[in-house]
Amino acid sequence: MLDKALTGSRTYWGWIVFLLAITGAGFLFYLQQFATGLGITGMSRDVSWGFYISQFTFLVGVAASGVMVVLPYYLHNYKAFGKITILGEFLAIPAVIMCMLFIFVDMGQPLRVLNVLLHPTPNSVMFYDMMVLSGYLFLNILVGWTVLHAEKKGIAPPKWIKPFIYISIAWAPSIHTVTAFLYAGLPGRHFWLSAIMAARFLASAFASGPALLILLCLIVRKFTKFDPGKEAIQALGKIVTYFMITNVFFLGLEFFTAFYSGIPGHTHPFVYLYAGLDGYNKLVPLMWLSSILAVVSLVLLLFPQLRKNETTLAVASICVFLSLWIDKGFGLIVGGFVPNPFEKITEYWPTAAEATISLAVWAVGALILTVLYKIAVSIKEETGGEAIH
Amino acid sequence: MAIKRREFLKIAGLTLAAGTGGLTTFSALRNGILEAAQYNRDPKGLKGSRWGLVIDMARFQDSKAIQKISEICHKKHNVPTIPNPRHEIKWIWQEGFEHAFPGQESPYMADTMRHQPYLVLCNHCDNPPCVRVCPTKATFKRADGIVMMDMHRCIGCRFCMAACPYGARSFNFIDPRPFVKELNREFPTRMKGVVEKCTLCYELLAIGKPPACAEHSNGAIVFGDLKDPNSEVRKLIASNFTIRRKPDLGTMPSVFYIVSGKEERLGGHEHAG
Amino acid sequence: MYDTGKIFVGIAIFLLFVAFPFYYNLGKAVAKPEPSIDTPVINQMEKRQCVESKQTMKTLHMKMLNDWRDAVVRDGQRLYVATDGKSYNMSLQNTCMNCHSNKKKFCDECHNYMAVKPYCWGCHIEPKEGA
Repeated sequence: MLDKALTGSRTYWGWIVFLLAITGAGFLFYLQQFATGLGITGMSRDVSWGFYISQFTFLVGVAASGVMVVLPYYLHNYKAFGKITILGEFLAIPAVIMCMLFIFVDMGQPLRVLNVLLHPTPNSVMFYDMMVLSGYLFLNILVGWTVLHAEKKGIAPPKWIKPFIYISIAWAPSIHTVTAFLYAGLPGRHFWLSAIMAARFLASAFASGPALLILLCLIVRKFTKFDPGKEAIQALGKIVTYFMITNVFFLGLEFFTAFYSGIPGHTHPFVYLYAGLDGYNKLVPLMWLSSILAVVSLVLLLFPQLRKNETTLAVASICVFLSLWIDKGFGLIVGGFVPNPFEKITEYWPTAAEATISLAVWAVGALILTVLYKIAVSIKEETGGEAIH
Repeated sequence: MAIKRREFLKIAGLTLAAGTGGLTTFSALRNGILEAAQYNRDPKGLKGSRWGLVIDMARFQDSKAIQKISEICHKKHNVPTIPNPRHEIKWIWQEGFEHAFPGQESPYMADTMRHQPYLVLCNHCDNPPCVRVCPTKATFKRADGIVMMDMHRCIGCRFCMAACPYGARSFNFIDPRPFVKELNREFPTRMKGVVEKCTLCYELLAIGKPPACAEHSNGAIVFGDLKDPNSEVRKLIASNFTIRRKPDLGTMPSVFYIVSGKEERLGGHEHAG
Repeated sequence: MYDTGKIFVGIAIFLLFVAFPFYYNLGKAVAKPEPSIDTPVINQMEKRQCVESKQTMKTLHMKMLNDWRDAVVRDGQRLYVATDGKSYNMSLQNTCMNCHSNKKKFCDECHNYMAVKPYCWGCHIEPKEGA
């Protein structure tokens, strides 16, 4: 089936070359980082995790969101999602690969990465993270490929794939819960020390992932002969709406606990992020942008006439994605390190090298996504689109 | 074709996996002459169950004496002096009271007390969160209580730095070697990409000497076994009012600070070390 | 055969890559490594012997250093009892390099020949040259 990715229009190949170019540029910067160390990033002794890890955190959510199309179709026979389960799975694969790449570029000694396997440490959440991410990647490749291959042949997928599908449905929330546990169990970081972290992570994942999937469906419809279906896109829209409401609500809950209790360890990071603390306010405009985008997206999503209009739905999806990307992919991580354990402040902003390397990882993800979608869409164009149950 | 391409690839893949897997297992099980090697502790080495420190800041003569402690430790362990504060590496340094014990300062406290310098370092906690989170056991708790660093195993993920509630750990963002003022040739440096912190002079304890900071503190820093009821540290804790940093987090730090009120003589300069 | 032209071009490029180490180093004869034990400390020794026999050290010094590393750092042990019963402090910097203070003419001789770059020296301080 891979041969389907080797034939395409000028636009297709132009896009591939563009992505390869970005990847190349980032790779060169990574060579510099490999040679001289993580000093070329904006991280510091106080803010020891930055853009790389925050991107990883955000993308685990996007990866987990594949379950939002798989679950209704396989557990509840929601036929409208039949055409797009493969798109959900083929979004999860590049998302997980991007997660792994972001962890790799963030490591101080990347050549020692196998130490995590050579010296397994069950009490470390990061050990579990590596296990569940690898497992999820394997599951999605296996399920996606097998089901698509069966569809190409025009037959039902083999029976043995069913248990793997059910496992993947349970596995998806687990990868994001484990990632939330990276943060939620650290005694010294009160910004993260909240039981609701995992719930917040899941809510934002199931809002941002399907939002991206909506955009991808619209792009697929525009550029290919495959139409994911208006009903599927509308269903996704409803999912995004409810989970975005939940996400904003959860954030409100965090605000309440912090400010009603008044405990400095809890309030200070919020004050830093949204108002500035002791004159340090680098992140304030970004966080307010995230909030404004969230409100705009909710307005566009809550009113059915706006949600049913696919243009406004697309705008809403972009707003959701960007808002959550800022919130989870930047504010959440940096906020945990400011102020530092001594109640002093060191600010953080990614450097150009760091941003280019990150962009290259996104480009690799986009590249894999493009190739996988090209294969899936080509086959669906031939067979007419429905996965056979 | 007698065999399909897919079948061939499947068989080839499985053979490769079995071959490399078998080879790896075989070489791992291979016996070498070193299997019978014997390792011993140095009989001079100090033995303890829970090493700890009791620090009495009042016994430091002046702020220069406090500064000297950092310099001695850093020199002995080839800790670099990096000018960029973002990449700073420090094992032991001084912070003002309000920064060493955030939340315990009170609004009407004398300024001299508020800025009273305290030496801060890794607390070698009894329930260390950094050890709990390390995915490779590169940081681990020794039987004698020291939270140790294995620089060979550290993958530089910095999870331990996020977990430490005391900001005791530093990361090598760049190669530290050019920034080590004077190399101590008896101790290694670190390389870029690993986390480091105070390791309670394990290399000195192993040959029967106390940690460098305690030795050069003129009695201000007392080192001993917290599990030994007859040790000097236990006697000091029993007879003085001591506090520890962030005790409510359950980390059970092993560094105790005597608060006697006599610290005021130092005049309260705030140094970030 | 289909796509004959493309296949032959592909094979040619593949061979170009695979044979690179061979034709790149053509004509460059490198002398057999001769590690030198001519150092002040070794010259002063009555009986010149290392921790273990020469053959053992040749084959197993990497494994030994790894074992020493784990024993010292992870298990808190300092002393190595060699097969001849002698006791040594397990330290690359202070024991091994104390005798073999000529890293360039000893360690590097074989390592350079084999194109091996052990990362020990990133942390473990090399003895001053000219010893």
